[in-house]
Amino acid sequence: MYVAVKGGEKATSAAHAWLDETRRGDTALPELSVAQIEQQMALAVDRVMAEGSCHDRFLAALAIKQAKGDLIEAAFLLRAYRTTLPRFGASAPLETSRMRLRRRISATYKDLPGGQVLGPTFDYTHRLLDFALAAEGRDAPATPEAPTDMTGVPRVTEILAREGLMQREALNESEPGDLTREPLSFPASRPVRLQNLARGDEGFLLALGYSTQRGYGNAHPFVGEIRVGHIGVEITPPELGFAIDIGDIGITECQMVNQFKGSRTEPAQFTRGYGLVFGHGERRAMSMALVDRGLRARELGEEADAPAQQEEFVLYHSDNIEATGFVEHLKLPHYVDFQSELENLRTIRRAAEVELREAAE
Amino acid sequence: MTRLTPGFAAPVLDAQASFRVILEAMSRPGRLQRIEARITPPAPLCTAAAAALLSLADADTPLWLDAGEAVAEWLRFHCGAPITQEISAARFALACGTAPSLEALDVGTDEDPQLGATLILQVAGLVASEGWRLTGPGIQHEHRLRVHGAPAEFTAAWARNHTLFPRGVDVLLCAGDSIAALPRSVTIAEG
Amino acid sequence: MAVLARASAAELADRLAALPELPAAETLRAPETGLVMVRGRAGGDGDAFNLGEMTVTRCAIRLGAHIGHAYVAGRDNAKARMAALLDAALQDGLLHDALMRAVVEPLAAAQQEARALEARKAAATRVDFFTMATMR
Repeated sequence: MYVAVKGGEKATSAAHAWLDETRRGDTALPELSVAQIEQQMALAVDRVMAEGSCHDRFLAALAIKQAKGDLIEAAFLLRAYRTTLPRFGASAPLETSRMRLRRRISATYKDLPGGQVLGPTFDYTHRLLDFALAAEGRDAPATPEAPTDMTGVPRVTEILAREGLMQREALNESEPGDLTREPLSFPASRPVRLQNLARGDEGFLLALGYSTQRGYGNAHPFVGEIRVGHIGVEITPPELGFAIDIGDIGITECQMVNQFKGSRTEPAQFTRGYGLVFGHGERRAMSMALVDRGLRARELGEEADAPAQQEEFVLYHSDNIEATGFVEHLKLPHYVDFQSELENLRTIRRAAEVELREAAE
Repeated sequence: MTRLTPGFAAPVLDAQASFRVILEAMSRPGRLQRIEARITPPAPLCTAAAAALLSLADADTPLWLDAGEAVAEWLRFHCGAPITQEISAARFALACGTAPSLEALDVGTDEDPQLGATLILQVAGLVASEGWRLTGPGIQHEHRLRVHGAPAEFTAAWARNHTLFPRGVDVLLCAGDSIAALPRSVTIAEG
Repeated sequence: MAVLARASAAELADRLAALPELPAAETLRAPETGLVMVRGRAGGDGDAFNLGEMTVTRCAIRLGAHIGHAYVAGRDNAKARMAALLDAALQDGLLHDALMRAVVEPLAAAQQEARALEARKAAATRVDFFTMATMR
């Protein structure tokens, strides 16, 4: 039960003033600019855009600054801001096969058309703290270049599908459900599940994805392909009636390949788990793909008793804005609630004491 | 395409100001409000109806209208609202000619009564302090409103709409730059 | 529009400043920021799903007999206005060729070079994995 409390305005504004001061930190040091965060904390910006479900690098960087680096608080700020904006429409579905690639790797084929391209990755670094970075003013070394012909980079899933070894995805051009317009209902369609996972908490997705690898869900996943890069977004404004390109966004795509033992109607073949996220977020895209595959268990006629296969459990708890709201609300006044529990407990105690005394007599 | 005239000069601020007026009109059913917007919508659309649609309609709200191609083009351009021929599918309906029957509009469901459509009814004139007697939430005693050019049998149709509560249709009456609202909660008696 | 949408406001302002004055323009729809829901496809080629929104700013400007439209990613009103103005001017047969030469083509070339540079950097990280002789 909730009860309105009054007062505390002075304390609240003093607390917020102190918050502002601590955000700024030591004034002997130069203040961080939003542009610096956007450029130099790029992966934090990407995560806030993904979980805030709103692609705008400047806004995400501003939110990180305002939230003092608390990325869930920043995603919350971004979600709140987006509610003030009108929706102009929806884009044409991204054709990720046409991405401009910075990175493209496959763990299933070593020699695949288009090659393995590492891009700017942490992989194969030694995870040794680099104290040279503590010395400011050092220019990054020049990035090597090589002649290129990056045209024609087919999807790994397509290579398998042509051999009939990869299940084709369902394709009907109906309007996908939208969580920002309609609340979740069950059973959820795969498009709704993917939207939910794309904006889900990275830690939650990672833990669930990990659990499917460790035996909670019987998955034997391979990274068919990871793609990181940029892609143009196209919309068709009603007043124009034709598609226009409105600019690029950064995205990461992951195709997880899983074996499927087949069913009465389908032969044994590979199936896909799919991850697609804003910005450069491989861990996020891979986790999303593992969980997407987990949630397809029922549709594929597999046993579905592991946590990552339980649709309601996963989809209801993936959103960190909702989760943090409900967990953190516990610190707000619950005085009346608690008084009634206290009263209840005292009554039980009194009754027990009376019983004890009567038994002793 | 080249006959198009501008919409709001400052889309965000002007829409907010108009929204405030519409909110005031909905809160005090039947009270006349003025929408001060410097816009020149294509005929036959009046200023108040145009400002209401610029403020309320967008890509998520299918719009039905009977005001001709120039108005449709103007609203599609400025609001981005999809124009529908199916009045039952419309979130907003704009009637400048013979008004559609209220029963033709979506009244929402008991679970989602907010999905009931809003009819923007352009009439010949609105006069306060005479005519209909309105009572209901937002009205202390009684509001009077005379509607010149109200659809035939409107009060009877309204009574049927009122019985559906919480479902039902809301109406915005517009004439020139004047606007008055009939939320579904209001009761109308002939004056 | 693809080229104008990818240019920065500063680049557009520089290019416009170097041009002879354009005819008087009327703002038909002042710059306004909103959202576009970006869609992907399940498995890359299956059913469409809603990935998340992005900010977009739109503007429409009338220049003589032509209406220029801009829908550009981000929240830059000035950029949307300049893109709409250029879109209108480009529809004018008398201005089209000169504007293509003075504005669109140099911007397109710069964007193409930036993409090519990125592709060359990516190519330098291309690897060949060797599988070692099996041990068992």
